Amino acid sequence: MSPETTIQAALVIPLVGAVLIAFSGHWPNLRETITMITAGTLFALVASLYPLVMNGGRPSVVIGEMLPGLSIAFSVEPLGLLFAMIASFLWIINSLYSIGYMRENKEKNQTRFYVCFAIALASSIAIAFAANLLTLFAFYEALTLCTYPLVTHSGTDKAKKGGRVYLGILLFTSIGFLLTAIVWTWLIAGDLNFTSGGILEGKASDLVIGTLFALYIFGIGKAALMPVHRWLPAAMVAPTPVSALLHAVAVVKAGVFTVIKIVIYIFGYDFLSSIGTTNWLLYLSGFTILTASILAIRQDNLKRRLAYSTISQLSYVIMATAILAPLSIVGAGLHIAVHAFGKITLFFAAGSIYTAAHKTEVSQLDGIGRRMPWTMTAFTIGALSMIGVPPTAGFISKWYILHGAFDSGHMLAIVVIVISTLLNAGYFLPIIYAAFFKEEEKDNDNGNFGEASVAIVVALSITAAATVLLFFFPGLFIELAQKLI
Amino acid sequence: MMMGFYIVISQHNLIKKIVGLNVFQVSVFVFYISMGKVKGGTAPVFLDGFEIYSNPLPHVLILTAIVVGVATSALALALTVRIKDTYGTIEEDEIEALETEDQEKEKEGLP
Amino acid sequence: MIAAHLPILQVIIPLIVAPIALIMRDSRTVWVLTLSVTWVTFSISLTLLIEVLDSGNIIYRIGGWAAPWGIEYVLDKVGAFVLVIVSAIGSIVMTYARQSVEAEIPDDRIYLFYTMFLLCLTGLLGIVITGDVFNLFVFLEISSLSSYVMISLGRDRRALTAAYRYLIMGTIGATFYIIGVGLIYMMTGTLNIADLTVLIPSVSDSRTIHTAMAFLTVGVCLKLALFPLHLWLPNAYTYAPSVVTAFLAATATKVSVYILIRIVFTLFGDVNILEASGLQNILMTLAIIALFTASTIAIFQNNMKRLFAYSSVAQIGYIILGLSFASQIGIAAGIIHLFNHSIIKCTIFMGLGCITLRVGGVSVKDMCGLGYRMPWTMAAIVIGGLGLIGIPMTVGFVSKWYLVRAAFEQGMWPIAALIITSSLLTIVYVWRIVETAYLKPAPKNAPNIKEAPLSMLLSSWVLALASIYFGVNATTTLNIALEAADSLLNGGLK
Repeated sequence: MSPETTIQAALVIPLVGAVLIAFSGHWPNLRETITMITAGTLFALVASLYPLVMNGGRPSVVIGEMLPGLSIAFSVEPLGLLFAMIASFLWIINSLYSIGYMRENKEKNQTRFYVCFAIALASSIAIAFAANLLTLFAFYEALTLCTYPLVTHSGTDKAKKGGRVYLGILLFTSIGFLLTAIVWTWLIAGDLNFTSGGILEGKASDLVIGTLFALYIFGIGKAALMPVHRWLPAAMVAPTPVSALLHAVAVVKAGVFTVIKIVIYIFGYDFLSSIGTTNWLLYLSGFTILTASILAIRQDNLKRRLAYSTISQLSYVIMATAILAPLSIVGAGLHIAVHAFGKITLFFAAGSIYTAAHKTEVSQLDGIGRRMPWTMTAFTIGALSMIGVPPTAGFISKWYILHGAFDSGHMLAIVVIVISTLLNAGYFLPIIYAAFFKEEEKDNDNGNFGEASVAIVVALSITAAATVLLFFFPGLFIELAQKLI
Repeated sequence: MMMGFYIVISQHNLIKKIVGLNVFQVSVFVFYISMGKVKGGTAPVFLDGFEIYSNPLPHVLILTAIVVGVATSALALALTVRIKDTYGTIEEDEIEALETEDQEKEKEGLP
Repeated sequence: MIAAHLPILQVIIPLIVAPIALIMRDSRTVWVLTLSVTWVTFSISLTLLIEVLDSGNIIYRIGGWAAPWGIEYVLDKVGAFVLVIVSAIGSIVMTYARQSVEAEIPDDRIYLFYTMFLLCLTGLLGIVITGDVFNLFVFLEISSLSSYVMISLGRDRRALTAAYRYLIMGTIGATFYIIGVGLIYMMTGTLNIADLTVLIPSVSDSRTIHTAMAFLTVGVCLKLALFPLHLWLPNAYTYAPSVVTAFLAATATKVSVYILIRIVFTLFGDVNILEASGLQNILMTLAIIALFTASTIAIFQNNMKRLFAYSSVAQIGYIILGLSFASQIGIAAGIIHLFNHSIIKCTIFMGLGCITLRVGGVSVKDMCGLGYRMPWTMAAIVIGGLGLIGIPMTVGFVSKWYLVRAAFEQGMWPIAALIITSSLLTIVYVWRIVETAYLKPAPKNAPNIKEAPLSMLLSSWVLALASIYFGVNATTTLNIALEAADSLLNGGLK
């Protein structure tokens, strides 16, 4: 199969899967088998592009011309492949987990859930492979829209409110700022293709570039930089597999991915570091990292705490990008992957606790480690990776980011990373301590419970194992990320 | 012309409004015909001894416009008859009161 | 032989069939007749468009009398494009119409409805194709009178007063128009548009011409419901039968926009009237006010038809805004939005028609839980709604992209910002509908309802898919719009 066909197939297969899932809604087993097969095929297709891209190939496909001179086109480059591989691999595991979670919690409208999930994946792959800003923007919006039914899955008033904030912030920022920025870019540069070294150099004054940059950064609401982060905690009303999708697989990753992509391929990091009007991003992301970590400490709801942790972790990626040193950009690419594995493990664990014990608050978790050893071990691994302790993958990406910061002399960034590591430890370690070492409250009337179902445990064990394995064998991703610079 | 226009705006009786509309239109017709007037001209019919004719085109146009105007009036009057049948009145303020009632009724059904 | 007479056939066929429909009376037969007429006009207009694109403007002299004595039919790119829009919408609405009409209009009046529909179509097509300002007035009145009748056929008694008000406003508008025409004739002695284009510049400084311009613009703006002259529109759309709303929303105001285009860019094209008279600023300001006011009012409506009626007023604001830039991109944006909005609104109103048929009403309460009870209809409406917002890969995005671009190009930053802000308002009212339809449970005592009949669903979906197709692949339509804008700015009908 030629690489071009592979790209087309990777874009179409999740959609075909969605249609088949919709038609097999009456037979849950068939429906879920189709999901798994689709996910597996998708990953195989995406992974098959790896050797080619490593050898410098950039296969591309043009689907059609949307506006005169602006086409819907796809082209695979290292960062996109990295994102696509993570998304498609985690979809397999997430589907496995969803099967356990959705069945055990007897959720309604499961078919709609799987259909939207498949469409969300198709959009993510399209974002990853987008060859120009217009294509990226189109599927960015598609991703927002097709995850909306997932966020409001339960249909309760609370879900509706959460959905409103989710959609409101994401659409408002993207149409309000991102679209403006794109049109503006087009007028300045006459081009929207992602090009190595950027397309804007020398085409406008520093002030214009700075403004444009701000429009981009705040237009990409999915990257959850403060103050446009509020949708993430609001979207916590969704079922856990959806949270995992939002945080690890697709949505926030699409956000930071877009940020990196724009910095590297639209502005060009050499160009950005030569002008001074974009430094504020460094401070803003540092601020977000610290504030979100402090907020996370104050959350008692486990999922909300994880949400704030995500906000702070995303800003790691943005800050690493804003340092604009080659090594830190490698770190940023790596951190996307690393955070994906760590965070999905944490969410799987949270969902597992909810499924087995119906507990949602941190303060209820005393002694739970003894009842659910697998879940809590996985949780510990995920948490350690978030803090950045070896032997978990989080250490590797943090190493690269710090290294890059040292090289370029960004002392502030280093201070922020150190403090935030302490804060991370501050909100994760108590949970782990309580789970394993505190006595269970006796008057707890939830009675006996053990581990959640097999599918859930297997899923979270795989991601936890992957988090550790990535520490020992990070080569795959590092090589890919190094192609970026 | 302005008189007719004023009647349309100020009157609350639907029939009177239509009368106003007619006055308004007729004034425009007259305006057209006056435009076609040529000093010392006669009707545009070929007869010996007359050299100057008034411009016939506006007359023809206005003939068409009159037809349109008649149709409009007829339709407006027909509508007024129907309104009278259903509302029982042709005073605009009374109709508005009835319509507000309709709207209230619709709102009651809302959650 | 026939091919040479296509321009006149376009108008004359529906005109001749209308009285035949009146004589036939049997509602089914009349429907079949009307349906075939609409499809015939559609194919004629397509042929004409292709011809115009291939070989330039078509000029047809009725009865062989040359202008300025005879009446000319002239078709340039803009005209041919609008012609296709009108006839396409007409044919799709007719395909859709049967069940909806049978449900909403008393049996003994159905044949009258179709007669009126044909007359209205005649009028709209005639307006577009004619090359004579007075002839245009006649067609305008044909279409207006028949649409008053169609609106008054609505079930609610308020349809009558809505039609009456529309009649008063419409007639005033038309009379204003004819005053303007009279003044122009006084100065130039011709009614032929092509002649006028040549003659007007020589007299353009006179006060008479300025007065004429004012009368023409106000008259036409009344017809096209530019804020604040839109007062007739919400009620008329709300209480008219669904089919009529779908048809008028997609065509009547659009054709009026076409008249405005003709006046501003063809009649007064050589004198750059927009800037000379300060009209540009007036139109732009009104358009922007329309965007915000109408969208805001729309947010608070409980009747869906009324909500989308106000949304129409706002969308007309976009079209006028595009035109008021008076640049090629701006005009193209206006024209393309004219096309896009026709598709979107027609989809939505057809969807609402399906709901009226099955549920009996379109208030918020009727919409609860409809996402599950009529999934296909609601999906079509949602696609339309996304188009209104301007989500990429729908037609709305294309128009918005070009509008913003036109604003940027002229360096009018605040206006670009306003365009974008106003589309955020659209999100609010569209999402209100999505939430009611998908997240509110249906009332307990709700009757079991079926999905809408196939013919109705299919026609709404044809348009919904069209709105996606022309969103993903806008090059064809955009090129036509760009060429049309170019020909308007450089030469018009000459």
